[in-house]
Amino acid sequence: MGKGGTGKSTVAAALGLAAVRTGRRVLICEIAGRRQVWDALAGGAAADPYTETELVPGLHAVSIDPESALEEYLRSQLPSRALFELLRRSRMFQYLVAAAPGARELLTIGKVWETAQLDRPWTEAERRYDLVVVDAPATGHGLALLNAPRTFGEIARVGRIRRQAGKIDSFLRDRQNCGVIAVSLCEELPVSETVEFAQRLREEMALELELIVANALLPDRFGEQDAAALRSVDGAARSPIARNGISAALREHSRAGAQRAHLSRLAEHGPITELPQVFAPELGLVELTFLSEVLERAL
Amino acid sequence: MRGRPDLSVLLDGVEVCVCAGSGGVGKTTTAAAIALGLAVSGKRVAVITIDPARRLADSLGLPQLGNAELRVDPARFAQAGVAVEGELWALMLDPKQTFDGVVERYAPDAASREAILSNPIYKQLSSAVAGSQEYMAMERLYELHERGGFDVLVLDTPPANNALDFLDAPGRLLRFIDSRSLQIFLAPGRTGLRVFGAGAGVAMSVLERITGIDLLRDLSDFFRSFGSMIDGFQDRAQHVNDLLRDQRTSFLLVTTPRSGAVEEAFELRAALAERGIAFSGTIANRTVERSASGSPDEVAGELAPLVGADLAARVGAALADQWALGEHDRATLERLGEDGFPVIEVPHLDQEVHDIAGLAAVNRYLFPD
Repeated sequence: MGKGGTGKSTVAAALGLAAVRTGRRVLICEIAGRRQVWDALAGGAAADPYTETELVPGLHAVSIDPESALEEYLRSQLPSRALFELLRRSRMFQYLVAAAPGARELLTIGKVWETAQLDRPWTEAERRYDLVVVDAPATGHGLALLNAPRTFGEIARVGRIRRQAGKIDSFLRDRQNCGVIAVSLCEELPVSETVEFAQRLREEMALELELIVANALLPDRFGEQDAAALRSVDGAARSPIARNGISAALREHSRAGAQRAHLSRLAEHGPITELPQVFAPELGLVELTFLSEVLERAL
Repeated sequence: MRGRPDLSVLLDGVEVCVCAGSGGVGKTTTAAAIALGLAVSGKRVAVITIDPARRLADSLGLPQLGNAELRVDPARFAQAGVAVEGELWALMLDPKQTFDGVVERYAPDAASREAILSNPIYKQLSSAVAGSQEYMAMERLYELHERGGFDVLVLDTPPANNALDFLDAPGRLLRFIDSRSLQIFLAPGRTGLRVFGAGAGVAMSVLERITGIDLLRDLSDFFRSFGSMIDGFQDRAQHVNDLLRDQRTSFLLVTTPRSGAVEEAFELRAALAERGIAFSGTIANRTVERSASGSPDEVAGELAPLVGADLAARVGAALADQWALGEHDRATLERLGEDGFPVIEVPHLDQEVHDIAGLAAVNRYLFPD
């Protein structure tokens, strides 16, 4: 979870790779039509991101599609195929699910829950995962997703959906099963959003953050003494070339300092793991593996 | 040679400016900066935003939530050393309150209004994060435009899973509300079953079994209450659609040169074209410049006698990292501008932007003249 643009997909992929190295079977779920993780790991392989696929030995990925999740669910609930077809083709039914508020969120989180079960209730798939990593949508939507079973259960009040939503809800709220990780950049807005998220998570779901990943930290290449030395030489440097270098270094130093200040705000809300800024513009398997090793060492 | 793109040119004659883009690219800040920039040039501007950072809101002197547009006190501009000839107004959208307001406007009488406002489905619908924010942002935009009184309205689109959501979510919501045939179908006595053909009765009882009867009853009530208002809603939606396609409306894409955001920007651009909505340009935030002269090795070489080989090498390494990003950003910016659409670049600023002075710093790039 985290604000948009903080690197949730990157962290999800790195986390998955790290877990695979410890011998676990892992599934990474992407949501709402996203396929960032898929693209980074599949390396352009033209498979279908909406089907659970092993992209790297031990590491599977899928982009969850609420419509197919619904079909799976119904098929598992209805006694006969004929009845299923009947319901699926009914116009009224299509109306309902296409637009009912919260239905997409409920189906999505329901599907995530389903993939994490030993005995998969909706599918005949034999797949069993030791760990399911969810690349959740940005904070507000992410929280709505986690809350969807409870919200929907409250609307339905009684009946089968209510019971099933209740089951998913208790699964999500049990720290034995489910841990929430926040991803943040060390900047004003993302940190504030993470802090607020931690508070809402506590209030609305009685959950604590298992971990806060402080992403894209600049290297601590220059100490105060280095900065002072560079500043004192600035005027003496004859060429613009040297001055360029000095100003680049000083800028990095001051940004790194600002990041450290934000980091200390984050640390009040959960255990922190730091991930370095990767200067490669596009993250592929190589960079993700590197980040996963940093994560693994930290965990 | 074509001049540097400038928003005062791009937005000339524009009455509505929509800032779209994926999360975390600086959309809210950009929208606020654009609004300020236009106000500086003498326009009366209102920016509609969902959830600005507290520090930015504080700096503008705005309370955290409130559905009414508030004027930013000119004294604050003076304090920040920014000369503003026009007026800057800001409105922080409260989707639930807006939704309730719409219901109040269209409900035929007090009884149906109360029936809707207390319906569990409505409560869920109006406070859902996904969907209602987008719809209400458009609603409010249209309302302000209709009422007049502002030269320009700047809309900061709500944060979404997907940058396309703000285009599609309002339609989804309307389709749901407009389940008129569903309403007949769910009506007591099921008189409307024939509309759905044979088998609908069975489908209904299956649905009842899965969802529970209460849910169906709430749904039925919901559609019955909304039935009387749907024409008003649709009429309104059509006007909103027209406004988005109007020549006086301008769509700007906000992005950063990082890969995920850029891909979403391209998708969004294609989606706008598909829907017949004109797109005026891209604002690329936080670009890294590749400094003009001196390779990392040269820099390290020149600095070594001055600060020692070790520190000089580290300076070289820092520069090399920036170059790698800078080079990539140049290529990305070129791609963004390939089909001739203007791209405005706002480099990664040394200070984070959360006050009027920060917005003015951004505007040195958005409104260079």
